[in-house]
Amino acid sequence: MAEILILAEHAGETVKKVTCELLTAARRFGEPAVVWTGPGAQAAQGSLAEFGAEKIYAADGPEFDDYVVAPKAELLAELAKQHSPAAVLVAGTAEGREVGARLAVKTGWGLLTDVIGFGDELTAEQVNFGGAINVRSRVRSGTPIIAVRPNAITPEAAAGPAVIEPVSFAVSDAAKQARVVERVVQERSARPELTEASIVVSGGRGVGSGENMALIEKLADSLGAAVGASRAVTDAGWYPHQFQVGQTGKTVSPQLYVAVGISGAIQHRAGMQTSKTIMVVNKDREAPIFELADFGVVGDLFKVVPQLVEEIAKRAG
Amino acid sequence: MNIVVCMKQVPDTGTERTLRASDSTLDRDAADALINEIDEYAIEEGLRLTEAHGGEVTILSMGPQRAIESIRKALSMGADKGVHLVDDALAGSDLLGTSAAIAQVLGRIGFDLVILGCESTDARTGVLAAMLAERLGVPQLSYAAKVEIDGTAVTIRRQADYGYDTVEATLPAVLSVVEKINEPRYPSFKGIMAGKKKPVEALSLADAGIEPELVGLAGAATEVLSFARRPARQAGTIVTDEGDGGSQAAEFLAARKFI
Ligand SMILES: Cc1cc2nc3c(=O)[nH]c(=O)nc-3n(C[C@H](O)[C@H](O)[C@H](O)COP(=O)(O)OP(=O)(O)OC[C@H]3O[C@@H](n4cnc5c(N)ncnc54)[C@H](O)[C@@H]3O)c2cc1C
Ligand SMILES: Nc1ncnc2c1ncn2[C@@H]1O[C@H](COP(=O)(O)O)[C@@H](O)[C@H]1O
Repeated sequence: MAEILILAEHAGETVKKVTCELLTAARRFGEPAVVWTGPGAQAAQGSLAEFGAEKIYAADGPEFDDYVVAPKAELLAELAKQHSPAAVLVAGTAEGREVGARLAVKTGWGLLTDVIGFGDELTAEQVNFGGAINVRSRVRSGTPIIAVRPNAITPEAAAGPAVIEPVSFAVSDAAKQARVVERVVQERSARPELTEASIVVSGGRGVGSGENMALIEKLADSLGAAVGASRAVTDAGWYPHQFQVGQTGKTVSPQLYVAVGISGAIQHRAGMQTSKTIMVVNKDREAPIFELADFGVVGDLFKVVPQLVEEIAKRAG
Repeated sequence: MNIVVCMKQVPDTGTERTLRASDSTLDRDAADALINEIDEYAIEEGLRLTEAHGGEVTILSMGPQRAIESIRKALSMGADKGVHLVDDALAGSDLLGTSAAIAQVLGRIGFDLVILGCESTDARTGVLAAMLAERLGVPQLSYAAKVEIDGTAVTIRRQADYGYDTVEATLPAVLSVVEKINEPRYPSFKGIMAGKKKPVEALSLADAGIEPELVGLAGAATEVLSFARRPARQAGTIVTDEGDGGSQAAEFLAARKFI
């Protein structure tokens, strides 16, 4: 059986959930071979084995973190040349898509982005236009390069040997043109990561201030949820940008999305429309977000949310 | 500095978008067309950079005849000239075809800096900047929330999942911007009048020297097999808070087993 190359997304030694999702999808079509860049492959071996990795191509080296995207694409192109995989899977994150894009140019192979599932023979399901249209598509020339949206596939464990094969790879000068001189990591909380969370609670302009975002955090914590925000909130500096949900923020697809004090502009909807269940709290019955609501409360969030938090505590308690 | 802004005309997000039954491409005639929203930020950044450092802003757009209206709008904001890549053979191009065609034109007209939006509202692939950088062999400076230029040195703040990276490179380069970068200006009356007279060059595939096999539906490396409108969401339950809205919400969450 041919290999399926998977570019691992990881934070240091920690394997991101989307990598396990890619492994789960890949097992249907071939032998999953994970491409690991930078240090940490040894430590990650256990998690990758748990989700069925056959092999881990481990390319250690600082270049993969020190230069934007290009070194990873170069490595993938080289490994694809050596191993002739049946497909290359990347995470549908900004970085994953860009690696896929550069690989597509290098090889002339077709690239599909925003894939949420697979049919037979690597046909892909996509959603277009912020969730309005379902599309089934395929790559018809070359090896399919497929960017899979995080949280779209349920990860399922299945043991694999995850044999580590060290790869020594010299990144070319051409791939070292955009140099990272500083990396600022702002996301430091015990909450689940936004794109991976099964519940997301987002606050909008209606929350009124940065301090009041504590109310959103409280509700999120009572549900074990991630916190999100509308652009109105991140623009005002009430919450950091990496929590923005929407067209130019993150696309989320959780089991439950709770929108508090958010009007539901098209750009916000583009990032949350495919959530399985949507709950809304807004004082304006005419707010377009209610069109998406499975359950909506028309009311003042400063009354409704504290009562909801209290009820959840009671039921848990 | 010679800046080229890549601008895409897209259907108005406020109106309904559909795919054409005949060939599964976007039915662009069915909706009003506008400048892709984030591309207005790309144009604004181009204008600000030439205001600060001198030079010219050229708007490059690949698209059908009517894209000329959006090019004119960009010129009315203050850009200097337009290049419109327009040819029936381009219809249905996928990412590889689009990037090949645009890279070819960029190679012809020359540039110090190419500026794109980070993502279009219709395709939402957000990969063109990476593809152009790869094709042109220049630095990829994508997802920029901030740009500084000093001589030929460029520094950007690259927005990332975890926060941001500060990235450095040397011109020429490809830049893509996020909406945090600036606030686009509105065209003034004077700008609109001036915009009508600015030069726009229309290029066909042959004019640009683009090989027809690379583009269009026939040249696409990907294909749509079928599509369907997603079923509309079932109308939900909406209650008005009369003192027990929070409890009712909890009731709903419990019924759905979230708590
Ligand atoms: C290029 C571009 C990209 C964009 N990308 C994004 C994006 O990625 N994500 C995004 O979110 N937006 C994005 N936007 C912005 C978007 O158009 C909206 O401006 C934004 O989503 C509005 O945020 P909001 O719903 O929080 O604020 P508003 O639209 O102001 O809505 C606030 C809501 O709170 C309600 N409210 C007020 N007080 C209370 C109260 N006490 N109790 C209950 N309800 C209350 C109001 O009724 C109102 O409905 C983008 C815009 C552009 C131009
Ligand atoms: N047909 C086009 N003509 C010019 N620029 C384009 C075209 N398509 C995409 N772009 C640019 O590429 C960016 C990303 O678009 P996309 O890859 O479609 O999400 C846009 O914001 C534009 O700057």
